[in-house]
Amino acid sequence: MKTLILKTASNYLLPVLLVFSVFILLRGHYLPGGGFVGGLIAAIAFVLHAFANGLDNTKGLLRFHPGFLMPIGLGLAFLSGLAPVLGLDDPFMTGLWFPDPFPVIGNVGSALFFDIGVYLVVVGVTLTIIFTISESA
Amino acid sequence: MTQQLIFYPLLLQMLLAILLMFFWRKINIQRVISMLGSIVHLAVSIGVFAYVWNNGTQTVQAGSWEAPFGITFVADTFAMTMVLLTSIAGLAVSIFSSGSVIGDRLRFGYFPIFHFLLLGLTGAFLTGDIFNLYVWFEIIIISSFVLITIGGEKAQLEGAVKYFTLNFLASMIFLTAIAVLYGLTGSLNMADLANKVAAVENRALVEITAILFLIGFGIKSAIFPLYFWLPASYHTPPSAVSAIFGGLLTKVGVYALIRVFTLIFVGDVFLDQILLVLAIFTLFSGALGALVQNNIRKVFSYLIICHIGYMIIGLGMFTEVAIAGTIFYLVHDIVVKTNLFMISGLVYRIKGSNSMRALGGFYANYPMLSLLMFIPLFSLVGIPPLSGFWPKISLITASFDSESYWSLAAIIFASFITLVVIAKLWAEVFWKDATEIPERPKFRYYHKIKNIKKVQIIVPIVFLSLVSLYIGFGAEHIQTLSTRIASELMDNQQYIDAVLNPQITK
Repeated sequence: MKTLILKTASNYLLPVLLVFSVFILLRGHYLPGGGFVGGLIAAIAFVLHAFANGLDNTKGLLRFHPGFLMPIGLGLAFLSGLAPVLGLDDPFMTGLWFPDPFPVIGNVGSALFFDIGVYLVVVGVTLTIIFTISESA
Repeated sequence: MTQQLIFYPLLLQMLLAILLMFFWRKINIQRVISMLGSIVHLAVSIGVFAYVWNNGTQTVQAGSWEAPFGITFVADTFAMTMVLLTSIAGLAVSIFSSGSVIGDRLRFGYFPIFHFLLLGLTGAFLTGDIFNLYVWFEIIIISSFVLITIGGEKAQLEGAVKYFTLNFLASMIFLTAIAVLYGLTGSLNMADLANKVAAVENRALVEITAILFLIGFGIKSAIFPLYFWLPASYHTPPSAVSAIFGGLLTKVGVYALIRVFTLIFVGDVFLDQILLVLAIFTLFSGALGALVQNNIRKVFSYLIICHIGYMIIGLGMFTEVAIAGTIFYLVHDIVVKTNLFMISGLVYRIKGSNSMRALGGFYANYPMLSLLMFIPLFSLVGIPPLSGFWPKISLITASFDSESYWSLAAIIFASFITLVVIAKLWAEVFWKDATEIPERPKFRYYHKIKNIKKVQIIVPIVFLSLVSLYIGFGAEHIQTLSTRIASELMDNQQYIDAVLNPQITK
C-alpha cells in the first residue's frame, strides 16, 4: 500500500505499539493482559509496518528470522518452570517471587519470565506464519 | 530431588524438543541430539520405573497447588510402564528416522515435532487431571498432524484430512464429556472425580457422560465402528512416522479408556457389556479387513484395529485376570507394532514397493533379514513361546471364568485370522519367487544408501525384536508386572489415596 499517511504513521506506531505490548505483558498477572495478548499486539506492530513499508523493510528491521524467537521463548518459559526444581526442590512451575516489589514493574516472580516466554513464542509464531503467507502470495 | 523424580521423563523430552528447535536447519546435529537424548530418556525412564516399582505410586502437585485444585501428576506402575514403553519405542524410531527419513522432510522440523509428540505421550500417561489429559491429547494430535503431512505428497494430504477430521471430532467429544463431568461434580482431578462420580445420584447422566468418553477415546484408539480413519491414513506418511503412530497413538487412547473405566466409571454392568460387544466387533472387523488387503502397511493397519479388540475385551470383562491380559497385550503390542511398521519401511527401501503381490523372494535373497523379520511377525501371531501368546492365555482364562463364550470365540477367531494373514504375507513376500519390479529412477534403494544409514535402519529393528523376544521368553516378569498393575487398577482406592491423602500412603 503506497499511502504517505500510513507510511509515516506506521513508523511512529511501531515503537508505540511495542511499548504498549510490553505494558500489556506486565499488566497481565492480576489484570486482563499477559504474554499472549502482548505478543499479538507486538506482532501487529510489525505487520502494520510491513503493510506500509513492504515486507523486506520489516525483515531488515528485525535483522533475524522471527521463527528464531520460538525456541528462545520456549526455552525461557521452560527455565522459569525449572527454576524452582533446581533451586529449592519445589515441584515444577512453583511460583518464586522476589520479596519486595520493584519500582514501576511491581512484584517480579518466575511467572513473569514464563509470560515473557509466551510473548516471544507468540511473536515468533505469528510473524513466521504471516511472513510465510505473504511471501508465497 | 527424588520428590519430583516423576517429572524428569517429561522435562527431558521438553528440553530435547526445545534444544532441537535451535538447530532447525542443521539436520545432522538434530540426528545426534535426538538419538543421544532418546538414550538418556530411556535410562531416566528405567530409573523412575524402578523407583516406582520399589516405592509404590508417586504423586507431585505441579506448581505446589494442593490436590484436588492443582494439577496432579501421578506415576503408578501402569503409567510408568507406558512411559517406559514410550521411551523404548521412541529410541527405536528416533534411530530409524535418522536412517530412513529423507533430508527434505527432516529440514521441516521433523525431529523437534517428533519429540513434542513423545512429550505429549509422556504427559498423557503421567497426568492425574482429566482436563490436563485433554491438553496432552491436543499436543499429541497437533504434533501428529505435522508429522503426517510433512513432505506434502498428495496421498499424504488425503490421508491427513481424514485423520485430522476424525481426531478433531474425537477431541471435541472428549471436551464435551469433560464439561458435562465438571458440571456434575465440580472437579477435574481424576482421583477426586472417582469419589464424586460414585456419589452422583443421576446415574443415567453419568452413563451418558461415560458413553461420551467412550466415543471420544474410541475414535482415538480405533475401536469398532469408529476405526475407518486409521487404515485410510496410516499407510501414507513415511514408515518411521507410521511406526510411532501405530505403536503408540492408538495405545494412548486405550490407556485413557482403561484409566477412565477403572478409576472414574467403575462397576457399571451396562458399560462393561457395551465395551465387550464393541471389542468383539473390533476383533472381527479388523481381522476380516486385514484379510483382503494387499498393501503391507494397510494389512498392519487393520491388524492394529483387530488387536485393539484384545485390549478392550479384557477391559469389558473387568476381572483381575482379564485386566492383566489387557496390560500384557498392551506391552507386547506397542513393541511389535512399532517394529512391524519399521519392517514395512525396510521392505519398501529394499524393493521400492509395499504391495504383497509385487514383492517376493526375500527369503532367498536376504535370509538373515528374513530371520530378523520373522521374530516380530510371528510374535504378533502369538506362536509360543513368542510374546503374543502369553496375554491370550489370561484373556481366554478370563472369558471362561466369566462364561463369556462370545468373547472366547472372538479371541480365537481373531488369533486364527491373524495367523492366516501373516502366513499369507510370509508366503507372498518371503517364499514366493522374486518378481521383477521396474526400477524406480531417483529412488534411494537400500543397496544404494550409505552403510551408516543401513545400520541406522537395521539396529532399531534388532533392538525391538530383542525386546519382543524378552517379552516372550521372560513372560514371567511381564506377567508379574501385569498382575500387579491389574490389582492396582481393580482397587482404585489406592490411586485415590495416593493423590488426595499422600501423607497416609508415604
